[in-house]
Amino acid sequence: MKRGFPILAIVTALLLSFGLYEALIVAPTERTMGDVQRIFYYHVPSAWTAFLLFLINFVASVTYLIRRNAKADILALVSAEVGVVFCTVVLVTGPIWARPVWGIWWTWDLRLTLTLVLWLIYVSYLMLRRFSTSSQTPVMAAVLAVFGALDVPLVYFSIWFFRTQHPSPVIGDGGSLDPRMAHVLLINWAAFLCLAWLVCWTRYRLEVVQREVEEAQSLEALLEGDGSR
Amino acid sequence: MSFLAVTRATLAKDLRLEWRSKDAINAMLFFSLLVVVIFSFAFDPTAEESRRIAGGLIWVAFLFAAVVALNQTWARELRNHVLDAYRVSPAPADPLFLAKAVGNFIFVIVLEALMAPLFIIFYKLRPLGPAWELLPIAVLGTWALVVNGTFFAALSIRTKNREIMLPLLLFPISLPALLGMVNATTAVLTGEESAKFWIALLLAYDVVFTIACLLLFETILEAE
Repeated sequence: MKRGFPILAIVTALLLSFGLYEALIVAPTERTMGDVQRIFYYHVPSAWTAFLLFLINFVASVTYLIRRNAKADILALVSAEVGVVFCTVVLVTGPIWARPVWGIWWTWDLRLTLTLVLWLIYVSYLMLRRFSTSSQTPVMAAVLAVFGALDVPLVYFSIWFFRTQHPSPVIGDGGSLDPRMAHVLLINWAAFLCLAWLVCWTRYRLEVVQREVEEAQSLEALLEGDGSR
Repeated sequence: MSFLAVTRATLAKDLRLEWRSKDAINAMLFFSLLVVVIFSFAFDPTAEESRRIAGGLIWVAFLFAAVVALNQTWARELRNHVLDAYRVSPAPADPLFLAKAVGNFIFVIVLEALMAPLFIIFYKLRPLGPAWELLPIAVLGTWALVVNGTFFAALSIRTKNREIMLPLLLFPISLPALLGMVNATTAVLTGEESAKFWIALLLAYDVVFTIACLLLFETILEAE
């Protein structure tokens, strides 16, 4: 396992630099939007990666509720944390692109709103984990994750109806993607997946060590308490 | 004890406590009164404008006021270790949750009934759509807030700053319900479109989360 880590790190670095080169130099310039469209190669892979991580969080949470396996809990925590980071990237790169192309920073469009709501739900999930004082934090966090997942289809339908009722200023993305662009997009997605995997792995190991340290410390405190009595 | 007997006993106890102290309802009433007055000052809307914004204002006021009642739901039971006693008793967990949720529902519905006339006066409201639809909207919307609110209040009693934790957990999850209530109310007030979709959405939200709460409440109650 441990030997795989530097290999993954190297692969990630290579893929990221190759993806950057492809996105900035090889990919053709979009006809109407110009160079600003190139942010798309970072925006879209981040979004896919974030959604995948949120899905992992849901699966890990359900697994934890059924099996009470500490590994599943750590996986849920890690995927939520890294997912929020990627989701933040999506929410920051989106407006940077939207301003010159749509003329506005933000609109309450279906996908934008859904991403924002997901971000809010997972930030509140992380807040619960941070502020909880109970030893049962994993249970509560897992339950909240299940609620968050149940909420997603409801959010989707509510915004879908909200937006089809009111005309949106956004022109739909009719037309197909240039195959060369799709190619660059997929390379960048692979790079981002590796990056997410790498960060999750590091964070996972950190969390395992941290829990071991905490356990050792509380055990030590317990033993000292016994000795003084 | 049967499911219904436990529910009834817990609910009766909570209602009696509230009837004698009137802590929650007074705080909620005064709070939403302040919201009504402040918004009315801040926007000074005409009858036409207020039809468009009142749906949002009403539900924001009720949402914030409901948090007052929700926060004290479980805090009261912590004081004399009532929850610990409940945990060791053979009574099942779900009736306790149901009684608490129904209790909060009654508090918030009473609040809404008392506040609605004030809203009508201050915002010069006269619905242009079918007014009877406001009744199912109020019932379904309030249940949507209260069922998850009661559940998340139970989640947040074991956090550091629980008073602030509840809205942080409740509001993001409640966004689709809030969108439903506000748009349904606005649809009825302006009479421009049908509120049917939003009522159906609220119903779906209520069904999904009532089931989820009942299935997962025992896990939360036993988690200590």
